Amino acid sequence: MKRKMATAFALSLALGLAAPGMARTWAITGGTIYTLGPAGKIEHGTLLIEDGRIAAVGTDVKIPGDAAVIDAGGKIVTPGIFDPMSQFGVIEISQVATTRDARQGTDFSAAFNVAAAINPRSVLIPVNRIAGVTRAMVSPGGAGEGHIISGQGVLMDLGSTEDFVHKNPAAMFALLGEAGARHAGGSRAVALLKLREALQDAADYAAHRGAFQSNRRREYALSRLDLEALVPVLRGELPLVVQVNRASDIEAALKLARDFDLELIVAGGAEAWMVADQLAAANVPVLLNPFQDLPSRFETLGATLRNAARLGKAGVLIAFATGDTHNARKLTQAAGNAVAYGLPRQAALEALMLHPAKIYGVADRVGSLEVGKIADVVIWEGDPLEVTTYADQVFIAGEKIPMVSRQTLLRDRYMQALFGDSPLPAEYIKPGND
Amino acid sequence: MKPRFFPLLMATALLALAGCANTQETAPESRPASAPPAPAEFPPDPFPSTYEPLPAQPTLIEHATIFTGTGEKIEDGSILLVDRKIAAIGHDLDVPEGAVVIDAGGKFVTPGIIDVHSHLGVYPSPSIEATANGNEMTNPNTAQVRSENSVWPQDPGFNFARAGGVTTLAILPGSGNLIGGRTVVLKNVPAKTVQAMKYPGAPYGLKMACGENPMRVYGSRGQFPSTLMGNVAGYRQAFADALAYHRKWQAWEAKVASQGREKAGPPPARDLKLETLAEVLTGRIQVQWHCYRSDEMKTALDIADEFGFKIAAFHHAVEAYQIPKLLAKTDTCAAMWADWWGFKLEAWDAIRANIAMVDAAGACATIHSDSANGIQRLNQEVAKAWAAGRHAGLDISKAHAVMWMTLNPAKVLGLADEIGSLEPGKHADVVIWSGDPFSVYTKAEKVFIDGALVYDRDNPRYQPVSDFMLGSFIPQPSSGRGDSQ
Repeated sequence: MKRKMATAFALSLALGLAAPGMARTWAITGGTIYTLGPAGKIEHGTLLIEDGRIAAVGTDVKIPGDAAVIDAGGKIVTPGIFDPMSQFGVIEISQVATTRDARQGTDFSAAFNVAAAINPRSVLIPVNRIAGVTRAMVSPGGAGEGHIISGQGVLMDLGSTEDFVHKNPAAMFALLGEAGARHAGGSRAVALLKLREALQDAADYAAHRGAFQSNRRREYALSRLDLEALVPVLRGELPLVVQVNRASDIEAALKLARDFDLELIVAGGAEAWMVADQLAAANVPVLLNPFQDLPSRFETLGATLRNAARLGKAGVLIAFATGDTHNARKLTQAAGNAVAYGLPRQAALEALMLHPAKIYGVADRVGSLEVGKIADVVIWEGDPLEVTTYADQVFIAGEKIPMVSRQTLLRDRYMQALFGDSPLPAEYIKPGND
Repeated sequence: MKPRFFPLLMATALLALAGCANTQETAPESRPASAPPAPAEFPPDPFPSTYEPLPAQPTLIEHATIFTGTGEKIEDGSILLVDRKIAAIGHDLDVPEGAVVIDAGGKFVTPGIIDVHSHLGVYPSPSIEATANGNEMTNPNTAQVRSENSVWPQDPGFNFARAGGVTTLAILPGSGNLIGGRTVVLKNVPAKTVQAMKYPGAPYGLKMACGENPMRVYGSRGQFPSTLMGNVAGYRQAFADALAYHRKWQAWEAKVASQGREKAGPPPARDLKLETLAEVLTGRIQVQWHCYRSDEMKTALDIADEFGFKIAAFHHAVEAYQIPKLLAKTDTCAAMWADWWGFKLEAWDAIRANIAMVDAAGACATIHSDSANGIQRLNQEVAKAWAAGRHAGLDISKAHAVMWMTLNPAKVLGLADEIGSLEPGKHADVVIWSGDPFSVYTKAEKVFIDGALVYDRDNPRYQPVSDFMLGSFIPQPSSGRGDSQ
């Protein structure tokens, strides 16, 4: 029994499970700190973490006696990466249906909320957080049967198995463009009509709940729970993320947002640069994939590696979403490529770390290294956007994350099997339990 | 390179292309009119290459940091391209008369990138039903099909790949079948026909697939195979049939030899499926085997032993790091991604140090893309794999890692004597990079294939646009003419 508990404890350490009472004080010294806040870039700075929050940042920080000091001399310190559109915890193996909970095959649409399905012990989480991804929007994938609304996404902290959802709901998701048309039976026009119908019904429902309960309203296109879920969208309290790529489809989404006074976020946006001024004028952020440059669909004929730079220049708030949860760690490479094609480096760091927090309304808590904010901090061995740079150490909400994942354990096992002297098969080598 | 050369180069390019279209390069050998063809009498290639290199001038690239592709690095080096070939490499080379001299100070030079696993042209952009020509999923064994017959040369992806430094690429059929068909090697030049891209003399490969894909495709239809053991039985029966077919032809050929062509009677019926497999058995074609799991690779190697054929490489080999010594012993390469994982169970155990570990254990390791997007930045993929190796404690030089995208893939394609490294006498396939190719900020600036400049980031004249993309966006006479709502 004792032995079992010890193993469980070792495992919890290895997996970086949050253990209450482990919080402590850390001083990260000597590094170049990109605060992404008003303090800007600080050379030879000190960052102090206390009780999960950033207690101080600057060049003249008094280090408390009980602080563990981490020398970050010659290194780069940044906020954590925030994936603005992931499926962490609701997807494990893409082709194994039983490990996927992001997609709904039911009649529910807006009421579908991924939070109840999230597995915070997903193998994907350590793989990506040791590469600096600390926080994520967990979004529903695809649309419900017969509808183009996919459901609600929530914000997740990738460092804990308790209270890991820190905003719920954080956004409503819908599909337009080619995917929306497919769900709507063929035409983009029907997809838009369905979305309008849903919003009109939700508005009517919100104004006449009593009458609805006593069966004195007309029939609605959506169920009661779906309509209820759309009410905060109509009030502008919950943003609507619309996945859309073609310039004209983006314009249609912008018109919809104007008509209903919605807080719109464009996801995908391959041709967003072509309507950059309209997006900027309407204050609509874009979640884009900097790798997307192929005319792989007719709705992405205008895709270009310069999308991020052009949108940034036009004043559009951008964040990076590659749609690849298994490799959310590639967000830094995506950002680096955006820089290679014209986006200023500072803007790329902001798009990676700060803008998702702004877009989802949590920038008062995360996204930059400012006193009082939640301490999501990454110490990088060099330029975080370089493909050859690794994170030395990651903190999530002030917890020092063990820099271990299933992949590093497999690597270490086979490094020993190949180059070590174990006389036994690789299965006997258990690097996590040394 | 000086602008005044361009009009002349363009004119020559047009003439060369026009010439290609009208010239029949290879005629089948003549045979008695009365007799149907026997294998030795078939044209060795029914779709012969009409590739002509683009116009070129002697070119000297100097003051560059050169990764040779043989594991060496030359600082402040020069390389001379003459008559389609690398004429010299080193320091302070003499400039031939009329040569174009490129000062590559601060820049890097590598061999052209070779991708052993691409579906450009067979799964082109845009990806729609009409263009999905990569998988003949109507039978688990379609050894008779050839990817070259599905390649759409206007796939804009070829241009994107060239801008990423890719000069040679193998186009493979998909992995829905146990045996998917013949692969083809292309020179990455813009062309009207696949024949005009076809690498002259490159051996064909045979695409085969382990694992989940074939059993899912056919199992879901209630057809054979639906299990891994069904897969293996399928490969073995195919080669057993091919062996019988081969012997039938051998017997007939022996008869021709002993009794003469007329008395030997009609040859056996030609079966394109078995003919391809027989060519694998005779060694003319090597197998390119999609295989994720280490245990399935071992089974595949046993099958190759049983029938006496050669597996050039396991593709997508995510578990190659578990058996590199077996790969080394059997002289089998592993073609890998830098970091793809988790999209199916057989990709669950992928690790980023895969390529570096396979290499360090003495086996032949290469990067591959399998992606119209990834092929555009294989240098970054190699950089990631290299960094993962260093983090695993493997001290591998960048100069060595460059081989993962140059000489090793050339070996996989059976072309290591011609391409893949910057050595005198080899094809002048060269990339000039804006900086260290292991940096995310670095781009391919100039790309040469057979000594000809085929891409120049600084000169729109050398940035070809496919027919499909030409005119996709015609500027509108005015936008926002008024509010029509």
